[in-house]
Amino acid sequence: MMDKLAFYFEHKFVWYALATAVLIALCSSFLGVTLVLKRFSFIGDGLSHVAFGVMSVATVLKLSNQTMLVLPATILSAILLLRTGQNAKIKGDAAIAMISVGALAFGYMVMNVFATSANVSGDVCSTLFGSISILTLSDFDLILTIVLSSIVVIVFVLFYNRIFAVTFDEAFSKATGLKTELFNLVIAVTTAIIIVLAMNLVGSLLISALVIFPALSSMRLFRSFKSVTVCSVILGVVCSFLGVMISIMAGTPVGSTIVAVQVVVFFAFWLTGAIAKKG
Amino acid sequence: MSLLTVKNLALGYDSHTIVDNINFAVDAGDYLCVVGENGSGKTTLMKTLLGLTGPMGGEIIAGEGFNKKEIGYLPQQTLIQRDFPAAVREIVLSGCLSGMGKRCFYNASDKAIAEKNMEKMGITHLADRSYRDLSGGQQQRVLLARALCAAGRMLLMDEPVSGLDPKVTLEMYELINNLNKEGMTVVMISHDISAAVKYANKILHIGGNVFFGSVDEFLASEAGKFLSGESVDKR
Ligand SMILES: Nc1ncnc2c1ncn2[C@@H]1O[C@H](COP(=O)(O)OP(=O)(O)O)[C@@H](O)[C@H]1O
Ligand SMILES: [Mg+2]
Repeated sequence: MMDKLAFYFEHKFVWYALATAVLIALCSSFLGVTLVLKRFSFIGDGLSHVAFGVMSVATVLKLSNQTMLVLPATILSAILLLRTGQNAKIKGDAAIAMISVGALAFGYMVMNVFATSANVSGDVCSTLFGSISILTLSDFDLILTIVLSSIVVIVFVLFYNRIFAVTFDEAFSKATGLKTELFNLVIAVTTAIIIVLAMNLVGSLLISALVIFPALSSMRLFRSFKSVTVCSVILGVVCSFLGVMISIMAGTPVGSTIVAVQVVVFFAFWLTGAIAKKG
Repeated sequence: MSLLTVKNLALGYDSHTIVDNINFAVDAGDYLCVVGENGSGKTTLMKTLLGLTGPMGGEIIAGEGFNKKEIGYLPQQTLIQRDFPAAVREIVLSGCLSGMGKRCFYNASDKAIAEKNMEKMGITHLADRSYRDLSGGQQQRVLLARALCAAGRMLLMDEPVSGLDPKVTLEMYELINNLNKEGMTVVMISHDISAAVKYANKILHIGGNVFFGSVDEFLASEAGKFLSGESVDKR
């Protein structure tokens, strides 16, 4: 088994995949705490479907660099979704459900009608659920992930106290002079960036798991914002690392393996929390 | 010149006006109670004073160099907070953000202010506990301590005793009364006319007929006679 691992780690792409997985997990679990607590997780879900739709178009157009189309388009949708969510006249969740299902259907149709490869269902499947085997990422992918995730982490660390305040009580924060709209915008744009980054790794259907599970697991056991955030980041990183290692050794798809690890951890935390409460 | 002077203010959402012609002034050291029935626009008035919603008309003038950032705000509780994982100290400290300018992290003096206000509210022993594990009265004290961290001179409270049992309600009223005696200007929304009459020096009644004046003037007015009579009858 060690031989097998050693063999894999002689290859650059395995390191790339591992680094990307850990960085993406770091960002998404950081963000997840806020998204879950602000009841914003549906925005992440909606966005991932939009990203799928745009990705399909990019595939059909045979763009050499799909990210350059998918990233701006997803960021734009994030801003639009946030606007509709805040508009009291339109039911935010219904609008988002409409957009996300619409994008999903549109993407699948585009891929089928303008099929560019012989294996349409294979393409669709890997866009939805991530690569079947270990990822092959270009230098550009890796550098993009490093740059964007550094930005996300720096923003979150610098604005940690303000993000806490806006998440806990938006009205109070606004009343005391915080620019809450700006913070919501930053959160939506960050979500969009993470979703695009995570698309290669786990596919668009499984991204929400990466964002939501670490936060929900941590909340079973921890009761302050700081401890929940720290635990969530550790969980995200560890689960992604384990997921990638297991997927290499067992030959399982990366995305669903990571999510499976997250689910197991959630139940472990839930059980521990339940026992601790009784004991 | 008063800290806040409100002239011909009209309140509402979108283009729909709820009440208009509101005139009152808040002086330094005042204890102003805002009364009126449910849905009369009390919360909306507070949100308008804080700039959370725009006024439909009229003006709000700050005087004596008073800055809106010096207002501490105790909101009506929202559902989202009930199961939020947050330590008491984290919440109280977040009240200091308004005075931090471009600084990103709390410094020693912010922390000292938070400790002082937790002590004032008698919640120092709860500092590391989780907000969601506290009783309703304790939660209100935490939010009040946070508001005090933000409050330079004025405290705005939206029904601070709703949902509390009579004993805790009385403690809360005494706490607020002491703050006022120490020089804090208090503006409080209340359902409880008898408490308003007991603690406040000025009353603003909004709804059917808008009234503003001292407690004595209020008791002598039509609205006052009706309302205080009603609340006495109920007891
Ligand atoms: N965000 C809002 N948008 C539109 N109408 C609102 C909003 N909030 C409250 N209202 C309406 O404004 C009126 C006054 O509400 P409010 O100020 O909360 O009353 P009070 O606090 O005195 O009980 C109510 O009729 C309510 O339905
Ligand atoms: Mg109200």
